[in-house]
Amino acid sequence: MREEKSKLKGRIWIVGDSINTDLIVPSRVLTEQNPDKMLEATLELVIPDFYKKVQKGDFIIAGKNFGCGSSREEAVYVLKQLGVRGIIAFSFARIFFRNCINLGLLPIVIKEEDDSQNFAPSDLGNEGDLISIDLTKSTILSLNSNKKFTFHPLSPFLQSYLDKNGALSYIKEQLKQ
Amino acid sequence: MSISNQIFAKHCNKKSLESGEFVECDIDLVMVHEQLGGRISPEFRKLGLKNLWDPSKVFYILDHWVPPPDIKAAKMHQIANKFAKDYNIKWNMGQNQGICHQVLPEKGFSRPGMLIVGSDSHTTTYGAFNCIGTGIGATDVSIIFSLGKLWFKIPEVQRIEFEGKLGSKVMGKDVVLQLLKDFRTDGAIYEAFEFGGSGLRNLSIAARMTIANMSVEMGAKCGVFEADKILENWLKAHPAPENQINTKFNQLISPTKDAQYKKIYNYNIDEIPPLVAKPFSPDNVVPVEELGTIEIDEAFLGSCTNGRMEDLRIAAKIIKGKKVPANVKFIIIPASREIYLQALNEGLIEIFIQAGGVVEYPSCGPCIGGHLGVLGPEEICISSSNRNFMGRMGDPTSKSYLASPAVVAASALKGYITIPVKDIWE
Ligand code: SF4
Repeated sequence: MREEKSKLKGRIWIVGDSINTDLIVPSRVLTEQNPDKMLEATLELVIPDFYKKVQKGDFIIAGKNFGCGSSREEAVYVLKQLGVRGIIAFSFARIFFRNCINLGLLPIVIKEEDDSQNFAPSDLGNEGDLISIDLTKSTILSLNSNKKFTFHPLSPFLQSYLDKNGALSYIKEQLKQ
Repeated sequence: MSISNQIFAKHCNKKSLESGEFVECDIDLVMVHEQLGGRISPEFRKLGLKNLWDPSKVFYILDHWVPPPDIKAAKMHQIANKFAKDYNIKWNMGQNQGICHQVLPEKGFSRPGMLIVGSDSHTTTYGAFNCIGTGIGATDVSIIFSLGKLWFKIPEVQRIEFEGKLGSKVMGKDVVLQLLKDFRTDGAIYEAFEFGGSGLRNLSIAARMTIANMSVEMGAKCGVFEADKILENWLKAHPAPENQINTKFNQLISPTKDAQYKKIYNYNIDEIPPLVAKPFSPDNVVPVEELGTIEIDEAFLGSCTNGRMEDLRIAAKIIKGKKVPANVKFIIIPASREIYLQALNEGLIEIFIQAGGVVEYPSCGPCIGGHLGVLGPEEICISSSNRNFMGRMGDPTSKSYLASPAVVAASALKGYITIPVKDIWE
């Protein structure tokens, strides 16, 4: 499957800086063999009942260092399972970012322009607002406020990885060669 | 080139590297723990492969929930063990050895120049051994299990030059807490640290492991130490189980003269006081003496950050002959079975038990709120571990403060967070 349309649209959820992987999926559910139980704990201390409220195609808007902490891929897995399409943040923790690429959750790094020193996640709108993302132009448009933001395009290397729709397809392709 | 760039270049067969460049590197060793029974096994099995690329380059250990506190953890272990057996993982350590980041180096698997990855963020610990250790996710492990390679983005390198000597109540933990105070938790995202300078001669391998361990708390991909006599002696005392590893990785790596750094920082370690990271972030650092009175319910001495002999010896020196108040849970977990045995031989375990402490078998224990010392509502813990995130060690209303083993032991005795009375290095 090739990369979907270059325009995406979705509702947003706003969270703060340094949302760590323990907050995204607490270790208490890491031994859980029932995936539903794991999903129920997603972001529970940040947005209570997130698993009930989130809709397919939603985006999370975060501050700095989203996904810091442990290597648990479950943090990306639960968000992806719940239908989150991507995370928009100023920066991502390294392993979380890798896990996003591997599982096909879109990690978008906002550009901090010179005139946006005081840019905060909430500048993109309020919880539930709609945004549209243009992947070719690397822009995000808030459909409620009409404000526009730009982001760093993914490097071609990572884009080609994401285009394969997850690392397992990449492995299969490599193994065939 | 910096140390880490030399290692990356060697593993992707290139003469030079630019930071920001993407490369595919051969992997020397991959460490997996309970994650093998978590997402790795089901994901990898989807590929339908009969073999791993090289089962002799896989190190497998159970440490987070050992012995299993409940049925779920026991099942996870069964899934992981079955995988290890089905795919003939060569270095299967089982569940009786201790915490991955202590056992792997102790058994001689981390050697200069290696590129080691692990399904755990604190894989950075191996940087103490002049090699690259870095954490990866479960799917990354599946990629390596299939192809033996993984992509990396070449990081910019921040060089830290240590000078001087630790103060009389200060340990390696305080050094890394000082770095956290300055760099914050996002100060080195996607970057590498390189540690060197004349102060290295005053930092033990245990201290270096603590510093490399918590490099990831600043976002770093790895934290690599320069090699020296102290490391050479350590390596001699801990040969790898296979001659092949010993002979292939016997070259110490120093940065070359033309090494490029994003920035070079000088740290005079004489000036670092005993520090503590307040909840809920490891960079929320203040000197212990400016903290005010924080009463504790638990004092945890252990984890991959600080459960080594140096840590236990210093804590025992502080505790010896005294009693911990009855309302303080004092939990001591040696990081490995070898350390446990040595502490037993040196009489340290008896000192802890006599003082009223609870000595537990090597595991991660309460570090991730797994078991054996989980915090209840509103409880306060002084911990020698590496993360004090909300809910990490138990109830979301509990609070953990991170500090050195010396501060943990001194606090256990007093019932509030404090520094030791006497010189800990005498
Ligand atoms: S001791 Fe704590 S930080 Fe270290 S590996 Fe175990 S859970 Fe992770």
